[in-house]
Amino acid sequence: MKFLPLLFANLLRRKVRTILTVGSFAVALFLFCLLVTIRAAFNQGVDVAGADRLLVINKVSLIQPLPIAYRDRIQRQPGVKEVTYANWFGGVYQDEKNFFAQFAIDAETYRTLYPEFLVPEDQWKAFLADKQGAVAGKATADRFGWKIGDRIPIQGAIFPGDWQFNLRGIYTGRRPNDDLTQFWFRWDYLTEKAPPWAKNFAGWYTVRIAPGADAVQVARAVDEGFANSAWETRTQSEATFMASFVEQMGNIGFLMAAIGTVVFFTLLLVTGNTMAISVRERTGELAVLKTVGFSDRAVLALVMGESLLLAVLGGALGIGLAKGFTLAGDPTNGMLVSFYLPPWGIMAGASLALAVGLLAGLLPAVSAMRLQVVEALRRL
Amino acid sequence: MALPLVYNLESVRARWTSTVVAVLGIAGSVGVFVAMLALAKGFQAALVSAGSEENAMVRRAGATSEMDSAITIEQLDVIEEAGEVQRAAGGAMVSPEVVVVAALPLKKSGTDANVQVRGVTLRALEVHDKVKIVEGRFFTPGLLELVVGKNAKDAYRGVAVGDGVKLGGAVWAVVGSFDAGGSAFDSEIWCDANLLNSTYQRPAGIHQSVTARLSSPGALEGLQRRFAADPRMRVRVERETEYYLKASQMMTTFIRVLGSLVALVMALGAVFAALNTMYSAVAERSREIATIRALGFGAGAVIVSFVIEAMLVAGVGGVIGCLAALPLNGLVTQTMNFQTFSHLSFAFRVTPAVMGMGLLFGLFMGLVGGLPPAIRAARLPVAEALRDL
Repeated sequence: MKFLPLLFANLLRRKVRTILTVGSFAVALFLFCLLVTIRAAFNQGVDVAGADRLLVINKVSLIQPLPIAYRDRIQRQPGVKEVTYANWFGGVYQDEKNFFAQFAIDAETYRTLYPEFLVPEDQWKAFLADKQGAVAGKATADRFGWKIGDRIPIQGAIFPGDWQFNLRGIYTGRRPNDDLTQFWFRWDYLTEKAPPWAKNFAGWYTVRIAPGADAVQVARAVDEGFANSAWETRTQSEATFMASFVEQMGNIGFLMAAIGTVVFFTLLLVTGNTMAISVRERTGELAVLKTVGFSDRAVLALVMGESLLLAVLGGALGIGLAKGFTLAGDPTNGMLVSFYLPPWGIMAGASLALAVGLLAGLLPAVSAMRLQVVEALRRL
Repeated sequence: MALPLVYNLESVRARWTSTVVAVLGIAGSVGVFVAMLALAKGFQAALVSAGSEENAMVRRAGATSEMDSAITIEQLDVIEEAGEVQRAAGGAMVSPEVVVVAALPLKKSGTDANVQVRGVTLRALEVHDKVKIVEGRFFTPGLLELVVGKNAKDAYRGVAVGDGVKLGGAVWAVVGSFDAGGSAFDSEIWCDANLLNSTYQRPAGIHQSVTARLSSPGALEGLQRRFAADPRMRVRVERETEYYLKASQMMTTFIRVLGSLVALVMALGAVFAALNTMYSAVAERSREIATIRALGFGAGAVIVSFVIEAMLVAGVGGVIGCLAALPLNGLVTQTMNFQTFSHLSFAFRVTPAVMGMGLLFGLFMGLVGGLPPAIRAARLPVAEALRDL
């Protein structure tokens, strides 16, 4: 530790180069964290899926509805604890670019099935008391600057007309990567204003299985119950459903990750090269250190220490900047439901930075260790 | 007086390791930049090329996409009788269409993906004249038959000609496949509109969109005015190309924003690499530079020479980056089209414009990375540097 001032003095000698090398590290780590965040955003649905929740959709396709009468029949299935239902509304707020998911929900049951969404009790009561009430996720409320009590006009698309909602609550998430972009309003308001056919149909059902019940068996029982009816169902775990969605978004996420990896290694090359140059330039100096009695190992440790110090400084800077950047919110303006750098990403980034510091320093350090004092001094 | 270019070439060769690193850094950034642009461009092109300048698309007013639109049979009659619509043997060149989504297993993973199913009439092939049957035949109206787009055929299991496909509770026979020139239609399945309506238990006689061939490309405004004045027609009339351009906007913006973000961060890293390379070049060559100055070359000549050297390195990096991205051209990939929730195949498009932008991006990095070291080189005190000899 007493050599730390020496390490810093070495780094400060060529300030521009130190800044650039720390900068390269920081950029590489920032990029790594950014890609981890994008990947996590693509997989968000799978990551937060409730383990005990099943999704019942129309077998034909997601956009076909299911009769509302199914609710009681699903509820009666053994192994089913609770059921709720919702509809995709798909309206437009001011402009088509302002996309966010709008669900008509069964207010009473929806909250018990999705306990990860937190709404203050008084706001929830106000929502239940107002037929035109709505609850928005914090991310969406912040995006449009909505406050509780605001009147929100939405142009219906699937359910035509001008719809007016009163914002009664803003929900937050229990976990940092919960989807805070949804907009909920009451299903009974939907059916009141929508065409008559809408009264008899729900978009999908969400089922919570009883503790100890086998999810696969319950799913099969539900589907068999409706087999050969006009509205056959497909029941799957929430995670499976979300995974098939991610599968369809597909290659984009993979492409970004692949590209990021290439870039990351390019940047490593750059850093390693800089360190090699800086050791080469100081050959004479290292020889002097050895002359005054530093052992080969001490010289090795000094060079490695310098490389590691650069890695730690650059890595910390890059990760810190990335964290700050992700906290500032989704740069695509609502296309990603969450933009959150998970702790494992930070850990992975930090270990990568250290590993690169070690690797980049190793070659120059070994050559410094092997340095023949007489040879090196003669070159001076 | 300017320094000869050979000087720069020789000095680049003398420090080839750090030059290679700088070139790789810039090539990587340019490659990613070009790939992202090509991806966004390809997605847009797939949707936009589905449309035709000569076609008008009619949807319900307020509908955001074909999925949530509806056109009644009465409205269809009005469209067919409009004077701006071209006529052919057997009536107006009008294609009423029904669009639904079906879940089919992907070949690649076996998991279900949403495929767009379009119910059409025989007129569809005349109105969408880029669509050509390449295998088998078109479906027979009134029969449970369907034709698949060439990308859909490649992407999904069990949709080859001769297969039976279960859609909406009925089994349909695949009787042919079509090529729509790489447009969004290639990811679709087409069948009889009325049968599709009845198997999906949708109200009979309701179509979701109507595409009409205009008598001339300029006839669109007339059609818009005519429908605006007609109380029966609460519809939106758009040129087909415009509809598809809008439909592609969300996804292309998404790719562009994320892609430029990644490319920008990379560019920053590459500039750092270039700066490092050029700064150490200046440091190593201080005596050389001083000698050049002593010979009578001005400070300006030194700056120009170093900037040229940086641009040379960057230019090579840019060209390598563009060439590395070139094999992506034509590569077919898939993603979700958020506007319709369906799966869409499209090809990367590395166009000359895209490559030109990549090259400019690389040269810009060279300029930013080369100028500060060049200025430092020009400012070296001549006498002191020479004394170091």
